[in-house]
This record gives sequence, structure tokens and C-alpha cells, in this order.
Amino acid sequence: MLREDTGNDLLLRVEGLKTYFFQRNAVLKAVDGVSFSVAQGEAVGLVGESGSGKTMTCLSLMRLVPQPGARIVEGEIWFKGDNLLDLTEHEMRAYRGHRMAIVMQDPQTSLNPVYTVGEQVAEPVRLHLKERGQQAIARVLDSLRAVRIPRPELRLGQYPHQFSGGMRQRVVAAMGLTTQPELLIADEPTTSLDVTIQAQFLRLIRDLQQDSGTSVIWVTHDLGIVAQMCDRVNVMYAGRIVESGRVRQIYKEPQHPYTRALLDSVPLMGARREKLYQIEGQPPDLRSIPQGCPFWPRCPEAMDKCKEQYPPRTSLGGEDFVHCWLTEEGR
Amino acid sequence: MVKYIGFRLFQALLGLWFIATLVFILSRSIGDPAEVFTARNSGVDAREIMAAKLGLDRPVHEQYLKFLGQLVRLDLGDSVSNGIPVTQILVERMPATFTLGLIALIFALVFSLPLGILGAVYRDTPVDWVAKVLAFLGQSMPPFWLGIMLIILFAVVWGLLPPAGKGEWHSYILPGFTLGWGVMAGMVRLVRSSMLDVLDSDYVAMARAKGLPEVVVIGKHALRNALLPVLTYSSLVLGAFMNGSVVVEQVFAWPGIGTSAVQSVVRRDFPVIQGVVIVFGSFFILINLFVDIMYAVIDPRIKYTQ
Repeated sequence: MLREDTGNDLLLRVEGLKTYFFQRNAVLKAVDGVSFSVAQGEAVGLVGESGSGKTMTCLSLMRLVPQPGARIVEGEIWFKGDNLLDLTEHEMRAYRGHRMAIVMQDPQTSLNPVYTVGEQVAEPVRLHLKERGQQAIARVLDSLRAVRIPRPELRLGQYPHQFSGGMRQRVVAAMGLTTQPELLIADEPTTSLDVTIQAQFLRLIRDLQQDSGTSVIWVTHDLGIVAQMCDRVNVMYAGRIVESGRVRQIYKEPQHPYTRALLDSVPLMGARREKLYQIEGQPPDLRSIPQGCPFWPRCPEAMDKCKEQYPPRTSLGGEDFVHCWLTEEGR
Repeated sequence: MVKYIGFRLFQALLGLWFIATLVFILSRSIGDPAEVFTARNSGVDAREIMAAKLGLDRPVHEQYLKFLGQLVRLDLGDSVSNGIPVTQILVERMPATFTLGLIALIFALVFSLPLGILGAVYRDTPVDWVAKVLAFLGQSMPPFWLGIMLIILFAVVWGLLPPAGKGEWHSYILPGFTLGWGVMAGMVRLVRSSMLDVLDSDYVAMARAKGLPEVVVIGKHALRNALLPVLTYSSLVLGAFMNGSVVVEQVFAWPGIGTSAVQSVVRRDFPVIQGVVIVFGSFFILINLFVDIMYAVIDPRIKYTQ
């Protein structure tokens, strides 16, 4: 929707990104040729089961893949006019925490236990905005207020263990948003929160996003969150994006059997179904990804062709696409 | 904080009292001291005179109260062998032992912290291998052997350093190194593994995601968390140096408490042994008290109130 309005106003364009883990006797292709883009002010979902490469994709965007072991081997990450993979480490640091920020999965562990909350939120302010003293404190207080933390003057001097899980995740969000980044990566930020806190947090981020025009990448396995928060969605399987489309379109007409299966396994309020649908089998082990389309062993509609060759990209109009022989053959 | 320190002080006093009582009971349960202190064939009279002199003819509870009363006034009795007050002997010898222990600990920390940190940050690179080999060497060389080897090399063969005794500053080098060496090795491994744990944590990833330079990520966010186990270990080591120093002090004829512990055992000088045990115990308790307070300073999660 936004995309058509804003035309070429792309913030982020990822092309053929490949991030591999190099082990003693194996190469694990955690991210294997991922391409997608994020327009300014847009919220894009990255959906898939655990181990599908979502988190590794996000870490690649910030060039923070685990060292030693993992390496970005190929691809381009265009952030406005710059390919992030061409920058020096020093130049890249000016992006992290300033133009792009991340909120991680577990608020219990993503704050340093031995520093006050105020100190941790102030770090990016001092580092990137070069503000010091009272000025920095004022900005930290504003950020804590923005994420609706009550009594921020008091909370400023407290340590993470004095906060509840939901409040901690707000602190992490404040830490990321205080420098007004252009891109916020939210890596399953609500998984460890209970449902009511989860809803509050989602609403909070959506409000902040609408106020500031920040683009957001939502990493999740919860299609409910995607429906609520995102404009577009990219479905990942075994390190690849298998389907990409506008959220409304994908919910209405999912093309890839995997997307369909994911949608079927979302519990619906008031649904008559006795038992929740479950995708058979396990996501593939990165050590032994099946030849052809990696989903075929679990696909109810697998054909011989699926076992031999990975399906090409089939455009579904606009920027929407799918990688599936069913769609490719059907036209 | 004040309440916390007060409570820990109370616990420390309780521990001291317990040690004193234990020493009192032990020294009376392993044989009659009066028997020990009198010549083998000196007869009943001599023994009774000695018992009276030591106060052993009084009822036990009276002896105990007197013992505690003297302890509070830091009076540990007189040495049986030369009549010098035990407190005086210990006070004279304590500085030598403490300085040596402190020098050894500082030596261990100065080398193990950078080596351990570098080993963790540059995992599986030559820096890490060097740290591992040093740790291995340190842990496999017993201090008495290392001390003798060092004396042979530096004092006998090259004549660079004094072989024994306490004198100028350079007389501290060999015993300090010998005492610190094995600890340094263990500490390298501890710093490395504790640093590796912390480097894997989400808050370190988060610090990087903020754009902080690696020096700040490691020096500020990782190190302070990695130091907690190192602090615990350092305290154990300081306590152990009181024992380890028995060996090293013997090798280097160091005029410390360790040497007098050995001498008093050889001479069956009971009051001195009692004094040494009480000093060792008190020192352990004081270190633990100090570490607990340091914990609360470094890690805000540790509750100040009980």
C-alpha cells in the first residue's frame, strides 16, 4: 500500500544475501540468497519457524553475525545510497544504534545487569548524538516517557533487575529508539512476554512507528502479529524467502504450501476446528538440506520435480513473488 | 548498604568466636598440654606446676572464659620455647607473609587478566594458545620445585637475585613469582572461561548493536560481569596463600608466619600453633567479609538486606 504511494522511497534493499556458518567439516547455509526491501515508514514481517534464518538475516543487516564462525559471503545491503557491506567496521558503527536499532527476543538478558537503566539508554545518545550531561539525561527521560515507563526520573537510576519483563522490553525499545533510527529491527520481541503485556508492547511500537515514521522489520513466527503490525510479509524457509507479498494478499491467497500451512496453524477465535493444524515433520537440519525445494519432504502437494530442482521466482504482480513449482507450472 | 555490612560483620564475629572455641577444644582434646610441656621424666610435681602455670587446674568453663577474655585483649599467651608473647611473634612476622601474598596476588592478576581476556576475545588464535600453554605449565609445576629451580638459575648460576631471606626489594621477586605462578595459571583459565560466557550474552550483542567500539563493549560491558567469579577466586587464593606460603616461605627461608608455624610444630610450641591457626582463620573470615562487600558494590543484583 505504502509502497505504491511512496514510489521509490526505499530505505533498505537486500540483494542475494548469503550468510554461512563455517564449521570444521560442514558449511551451514543459514541465510541462502535472501532478497527483500523495506520502504520508508513501512513495517515488514519476516516469518518462519525457528532455524529458518530470520535472526541471522537481521544480524547480517547490522553486520553482527556471530564471530568466529559465521560470515556474510555474498550479497548487497543497500541502506539508502550505501551498500553496508562495503563500509569499514568504523563506518558501520555509525549506523548501529543510530540509523538502525534492534530489539532482541529476551528482555531478561538483553540489558546489562550491572549498569543502571539510565546509563544504558544514555549510551547511544552520548555516542551518536554527542549530547552530554543534563541534555543527555533530558533525552533519556523523553525516551523513557515515550515508551510509557511510569516515573522515569526514579526509574533512571534503577537496575534492570528492578524492572518487570514487559518494562524491561520497553527499556530496550527506548534504548533503540532514543536516537530516532530510520530502521528498527524487532527480533521476536514479544515471545517471552505474557499475552496482555505482549498486546501493550505491540500497540506501543505501532504508535511510535506511526509518530516517527521509522521503518520496522518484525521477525516472528506469529502470523497474528504480522497481520496486526505489518504492511508486507516475507515467509522464510531453510534460509530462503519462499513467498513475499502484501499482508492482505497473502492472508487471502497464500500461494506457497508452507505459507498456507503456517496460516492454518494459527488458532482462530471462535473457530470450530477441534484440533489445531500442525505442520508434519521438522524444519530441515541445515547440515542436510534436501535437494530441490527444501520443503518437499513436508509438503502435501510435492511432485517429482520438487525433489530435483529449486523452483524459480514466480512474480505475482508488483513486488510479490513465490518460489513454488505449483504456481510456476500452473501458469 | 550499612545494614548489609553490619549483618556481615556480625556473621564474621560469630565465625571468629567459633574458630576460637574450636581451637580451645582441640588443644585440650589431643592430650594434656601440661604433659607435653614438661620433660618426659620430670614426675608428677613438675606436671602439676606446669598445669597450674597454664591455668589447667581450673574448671573447664573458667579456662574457657579466661581464654576468650585474653583473646579479646589480643593476648594469646607466651611461647613455651622462648617465653615471647605469641601476639608479638605474630605481629612481627605477619607483614612479611602479607606482603609476599599480596605481591604474588598482584603478579597473578596483572598477568592473568590481560591473558585471559585476550584468550577469550581472540579465541583459537596464537594469543589463546600462548595463554593455554602458560596455564598448563603453571598448573603442572609444584611451587617447591619451581622455587628451587628459580634459586638455582637466578641466584646460583646467574647470581642476579638473592637466593633466600627478606631484604631489599629484589629479595621479593623470586618468592613472589613462585607463590603467584600457579595461581596465575588457574586465573588465566578462569578469566578466559568467564569472559567467554559473558561475550556470548545478549547484553554484549546489544552493546555492539548500539554501535559501541569493541574496546568499550569488552572493557565496560563484558569485563565487569566477567570479574565476579575472578573476585571469588582471588579471595580463596589470598586465603590459600596463608597455607601456600608455608611451603614457599620454607624454600626461601622467608621470616613469615608460615615459617613460624613449621617451627612451632617442630618444637611442639602449643600457644604459637594456636595463635597461627586463629590468625589464619581470622584472615579467611576477613577476606570473605571484604569479598561480600565488594560483590554488593560490583553487582547491584546482590541484595543489601537479608
